[in-house]
Amino acid sequence: MDPYADTLRRLREAFSTGRTRPAEFREAQLKGLRRFLQENKQLLQEVLAQDLHKSTFEAEVSEIRISESEIDLALRNLRAWMKDEKVPKNLATQLDSAFIRKEPFGLVLIIAPWNYPVNLTLVPLVGALAAGNCVVLKPSEFSRRTEKVLAEVLPRYLDQSCFAVVLGGPQETGQLLEHKFDYIFFTGSPRVGRIVTAAAAKHLTPVTLELGGKNPCYVDDDCDPQTVANRVAFFRYFNSGQTCVAPDYVLCSPDTQERLLPALQSAITRFYGDDPQSSPSLGRIISDKHFQRLRGLLGCGRVAIGGQSDESERYIAPTVLVDVQETEPVMQEEIFGPILPIMNVRSLDEAIDFINRGEKPLALYAFSNSKQVVKRVLAQTSSGGFCGNDGFMHMTLASLPFGGVGASGMGSYHGKFSFDTFSHHRACLLRHPGLEKIYSIRYPPYSPRNLRMLLVAMEGRSCSCTLL
Amino acid sequence: MSKMSEVVQRARAAFNSGKTRPLQFRIQQLEALRRMIKEHEKDIVGALTADLHKNEWNAYYEEMVYVLEEIEYMIKKLPEWAADEPVEKSLQTQQDECYIHSEPLGVVLVIGTWNYPFTVTIQPMVGAIAAGNAVVTKPSELSENMANLLATIVPQYLDRDLYPVITGGIPETTEVLKERFDHILYTGNTAVGKIIMMAAAKHLTPVTLELGGKNPCYVDKDCDLDIACRRIAWGKFMNSGQTCVGPDYILCDPSIQNQIVEKLKKSLKEFYGEDAKKSRDYGRIINSRHFQRVMGLMEGQKVAYGGTGDAATRYIAPTILIDVDPQSPVMQEEIFGPVMPIMCVRSLEEAIQFINQREKPLALYVFSLNDKVIKKVIAETSSGGVTANDVIVHISVHSLPYGGVGNSGMGSYHGKKSFETFSHRRSCLVRPLLNDESLKARYPPSMAKMTRH
Repeated sequence: MDPYADTLRRLREAFSTGRTRPAEFREAQLKGLRRFLQENKQLLQEVLAQDLHKSTFEAEVSEIRISESEIDLALRNLRAWMKDEKVPKNLATQLDSAFIRKEPFGLVLIIAPWNYPVNLTLVPLVGALAAGNCVVLKPSEFSRRTEKVLAEVLPRYLDQSCFAVVLGGPQETGQLLEHKFDYIFFTGSPRVGRIVTAAAAKHLTPVTLELGGKNPCYVDDDCDPQTVANRVAFFRYFNSGQTCVAPDYVLCSPDTQERLLPALQSAITRFYGDDPQSSPSLGRIISDKHFQRLRGLLGCGRVAIGGQSDESERYIAPTVLVDVQETEPVMQEEIFGPILPIMNVRSLDEAIDFINRGEKPLALYAFSNSKQVVKRVLAQTSSGGFCGNDGFMHMTLASLPFGGVGASGMGSYHGKFSFDTFSHHRACLLRHPGLEKIYSIRYPPYSPRNLRMLLVAMEGRSCSCTLL
Repeated sequence: MSKMSEVVQRARAAFNSGKTRPLQFRIQQLEALRRMIKEHEKDIVGALTADLHKNEWNAYYEEMVYVLEEIEYMIKKLPEWAADEPVEKSLQTQQDECYIHSEPLGVVLVIGTWNYPFTVTIQPMVGAIAAGNAVVTKPSELSENMANLLATIVPQYLDRDLYPVITGGIPETTEVLKERFDHILYTGNTAVGKIIMMAAAKHLTPVTLELGGKNPCYVDKDCDLDIACRRIAWGKFMNSGQTCVGPDYILCDPSIQNQIVEKLKKSLKEFYGEDAKKSRDYGRIINSRHFQRVMGLMEGQKVAYGGTGDAATRYIAPTILIDVDPQSPVMQEEIFGPVMPIMCVRSLEEAIQFINQREKPLALYVFSLNDKVIKKVIAETSSGGVTANDVIVHISVHSLPYGGVGNSGMGSYHGKKSFETFSHRRSCLVRPLLNDESLKARYPPSMAKMTRH
């Protein structure tokens, strides 16, 4: 029994009627999304608090407002984005019309994660809908209460002939992936990313994968430790560390470590108080499995700050580990929790070598008063995105593409990049039906004279001989 | 370590040395490639003649010119494309540097195919080199002479560690696909495209797949049939029909089918004479297997012209089939041969429906003097690319991306798109490390802030 066949067929049929093509339809969907957020703000804050102990502030800033601003951006720019993109022509095509037509792919599958279940579901959805696709959404089963809202409340705001929510765990997702989609957008772990791509390969479905990695955070000797500590701590412990772009570990000299530790403690106390467990600003771990995993990591190296945990609440204290070995588990997997290991390096070169020995991360951070140092780290490494002297602020700009490289992912989105990701860019050339004499050089039978003419033209270099 | 592993590891080590980062290095390599082509023109033509019965004109006009123009364009534009691209700042980032920084991906694998064995192998290489990557190239073994030639001359002009050419067939390709690459560009068929993507999935390697399909060619009643048929004949029978963007079949109203047949015949005689077998300009099928395949597609069909072949020389006459049944084998697979089926449809809507019932093709063609017809066909179908009132030529415009959609492929290249395909566009935000006064508002505890909302 295939539970999805009917739904998918229904959506495909709706797509083939052309329903999603007009700008008015897409605008209506985007406005529906905006109303969903506006009318259910409190409900969403509640379920985010229940799923992840997210503070109202975090929910507002990193989930609701960011989704709203993407919706607004899309609404403001939709018609401009939908327009045919004229391309530069050369001498031979002056009388022709050459442009790129943006077309929806058709049926899109969005698989969303649990850590920012509103943001990482809605922002891709904005792109898919703006581009005119029909969408199947598979929210994460781990953020259970948010999943329920997405499954039961969200569809009421959208045209349900073109949109469906599918629920389930790995088995159901596997079943879903046996079907053909025209595009798959996946946010999650590299392990599952491989499974999704392998399934997509069977149908030649293009994919965007937003994965993860260990995001290095290099802290130079030339810096103000408190400023650095504030920023690193803020971005590390946001959402209790469950952020794909959070600084995963620090690389610095032993001297800088000495200055950083009290600064980090100071920042943590200022942010979360003396008893972080009672702070409304600190999140909780999503599940027992992840809690156990993280608690295991607390045994690595030596706890310099924090280290407490409470199983009943899935609480882990904002923690800093030192004297960590590269081979220990905390340095072998993406942490995805409120634990910050500090690794010592003796020089910038050593830090860069260390970073380049690992997989390309989703984000990379470098803190230094010296712009040269920052630029050197940038130039000699690779990562999805990069921020000098702050945490993941780069992803708040819709004008910057957000995505990974290598093991941290492929493709990107946000702003116009979302629209472009979910569109097929179709090359179009409308040729003049006349002017046959100009083209006649290309027809057989070929004469040495024609060839000589071609070779002379090629020597001239500035012409476009391929269009003769 | 296998030989394949060694080659790839050497390329990776060479890439990691940072040699390819300076633009000057990349431009030098591209200039060397250009020199290679100029100094070995005769050899390239010779290989194309031996493999596909191409003549000098075909070699230059249908292959070398594309690559030379791409190299030219790339060299000219590289400084502009490789530069950091500033982006629009937000209110909070006014004091910061916000830009997209293009970086090479690392080691790229280019797998070529046999029908335009020079272009489809070298043109992707040009983009990959320009973007600063090491490039492992695997030309198709079916165009054996070209594969051997490239394996010989490329190392004489380009850095041997960074740009190795590997030869071989399926076993060698399978072997090389076990290695980890940072991007794979494959040109070929759908079935193998799936295998490549599957292999790439293990390493989370992004792919560009240039595949194929049945490229429809809709001929409207309202058009200049002389011009249309000449252009269609040119594009269809070029390289004996072995062109991934060639028009695969014609859709037209029954009232013009006969005229189309007559005009196609007229053009074919002008191009190739009464007996195309004697023409210096007419190609041959790549091998016996494909020869048998294409001959088989003609069985049981109504032949209006041609219909014969000679196995010894792998020659198939330019052939036109009429009143073709959509269920017949010739309408089920990409023909990739000099056989043009004509399918009758009673209306534009029926033509569009016919097209949409099938997999999205690599190219789509529509001939009409009526702009509305052209617009409708484009708006209500999908394909990799489109040319209206001509065939093939959209792929020669540098500023248009060349690629498929659905079964005809994913990703694209040519010109700037090549540079982008083979680069990682890295988002960068660089802030000054000033004191935190202006940023304090974002830090917890957030209770005090909530009253504002």
